[in-house]
Amino acid sequence: MSNANRSDFDVIAGWVQPGERVLDLGCGDGSLLKRLMNERGAKGYGVELETDSVRAAIANGINVIQGNLEEGLAGFTDNAFEHVVLSRTLQTVRNTQGILREMMRVGREAVVSFPNFAYWKNQLSLIERGRMPVSEDLPYQWYDSPNVRFFTIKDFEVLCDDMGFLIRDCRVLDEAGALVKEEPNYLGSLAVYRLARRG
Amino acid sequence: MSTDTSSYNGVGIVAPQRAHFDRPLTLRSGAVLPAYDLVYETYGKLNADRSNAILVCHALSGHHHVAGMYAHQTDNVGWWDNIVGPGRPLDTNKFFVVGVNNLGGCHGSTGPSSINPATNKPWGADFPLVAVVDWVHAQARLADHLGVQQWAAVVGGSLGGMQALRWTITYPERVRHALVIASAPKLTAQNIAFNDVARQAILTDPDFHGGHYYEHDTYPQRGLRLARMLGHITYLSDDQMDEKFGRKPRNGSFSFGYDVEFEVESYLRYQGDKFAGYFDANTYLLMTKALDYFDPAREGDGDLAKALSVAKAEFFIAAFTTDWRFSPGRSREIVSALAKNGQAVSYAQFDCNYGHDSFLMADPEYHAAVTAYMGRVSV
Repeated sequence: MSNANRSDFDVIAGWVQPGERVLDLGCGDGSLLKRLMNERGAKGYGVELETDSVRAAIANGINVIQGNLEEGLAGFTDNAFEHVVLSRTLQTVRNTQGILREMMRVGREAVVSFPNFAYWKNQLSLIERGRMPVSEDLPYQWYDSPNVRFFTIKDFEVLCDDMGFLIRDCRVLDEAGALVKEEPNYLGSLAVYRLARRG
Repeated sequence: MSTDTSSYNGVGIVAPQRAHFDRPLTLRSGAVLPAYDLVYETYGKLNADRSNAILVCHALSGHHHVAGMYAHQTDNVGWWDNIVGPGRPLDTNKFFVVGVNNLGGCHGSTGPSSINPATNKPWGADFPLVAVVDWVHAQARLADHLGVQQWAAVVGGSLGGMQALRWTITYPERVRHALVIASAPKLTAQNIAFNDVARQAILTDPDFHGGHYYEHDTYPQRGLRLARMLGHITYLSDDQMDEKFGRKPRNGSFSFGYDVEFEVESYLRYQGDKFAGYFDANTYLLMTKALDYFDPAREGDGDLAKALSVAKAEFFIAAFTTDWRFSPGRSREIVSALAKNGQAVSYAQFDCNYGHDSFLMADPEYHAAVTAYMGRVSV
């Protein structure tokens, strides 16, 4: 996955306090962690499946652990991190609830960003053109997409409620990375959530 | 490993060196070694700050000849030559690399086949059993001898990885990076069992003579051969053996007898014979015991994380998916323990097809990852 235009990184960086411990799941080449280390003095690990990305992350100077998110986070202890980040990766994980539960176990807070399938351009593509959407945040053809789950901002909030997660904060961005204030489920291309355990 | 010198661009001609140590070494067993020699080789140049030294620790059958070749023996290329050299993952343009034959070895360092000064006869079975921590203490004295206060990195595969891990616990101030490859925090029962079958093959060989076979001008060739054949099977992957040998008969048809019939038999017998021709049986016994005893978690009341918490090094842990003798799961135990402590660790695993021996292969993805990691090692 390209890290060229990662507008969600700005949002996530704003939520991390100096010196906090971060686990970045699906960390790619480690760009986010490196930024959090440099800007926030954060400490932590990235988890990544692809060998090329693992090597890039090693070269980037971050602690990266090769592993498959579908198998959970058994290598990490409870409450080991202030933030567990899943940036633009939830839609590629089959075991959706499993990974969310694991994030809440090892972290005090889960930070999840994902492409919003209900974004108006996506809807337009499907309804007007009869084609699966391809956009800035869903940059794949249906046949080569790593995405296995397609969901909307509303869908995600229903799941959070079902799973007993508290939504501490949420930012919705358009394709250009600008903040969306109104009708997020229609105007937002990418959503970033901050979740905590309820109670 | 290529012996074609025309395309060779490694460290080139090297020569072993010898250091003598007079200060007695108290071993983990309680035995004391009054004096000993270590043979070693070095590649690259130690910089003025003495900050670019890397120690390469060898595994069960390894030694100090890690890289390069000997002037009088250009086909004798070091056992890990593919990773050490100019522009190679352990880049001798940047690093000063040290290979050492461990105590108890049979390649020149003091071991069972050396002369015991107290008796003027080979030590044989009287040579004390050594543990991984003893090797590390001896290596630390070699570091002193070389003027290396702190290793930029300690690197090892298999039993060599155990030494790298042990360095970070025993001498936390003296190692900045540890590369622990195809290793484990301790052997499983299955792994110890393999070692014991190998030992039994040697110990029950009539030519063993209780370990004092040198005096009888013989050696337990049959036992050592069997030990190596068994070990060799466990270092390869099922897939690789199938690819390499399959069920290929050696002579086209069966002879309905016990001579070599399958290619795999021929290969194993050849490997066994070759090994038994140059390796010392007492050293083999001693090395397998060092493997069995290794379990640093003991110092953390059984908790590996607690034992590793004193380490100050950054870690690179690597494993191979086809390695069933030291499986990726064993490496992940080390990773989890370090992550539990919030210590710096990266972990990568590779699909290289050569089982446990993968760590010795020049797999491009594996070597690229080591290169990437070594780029982080400042000197």
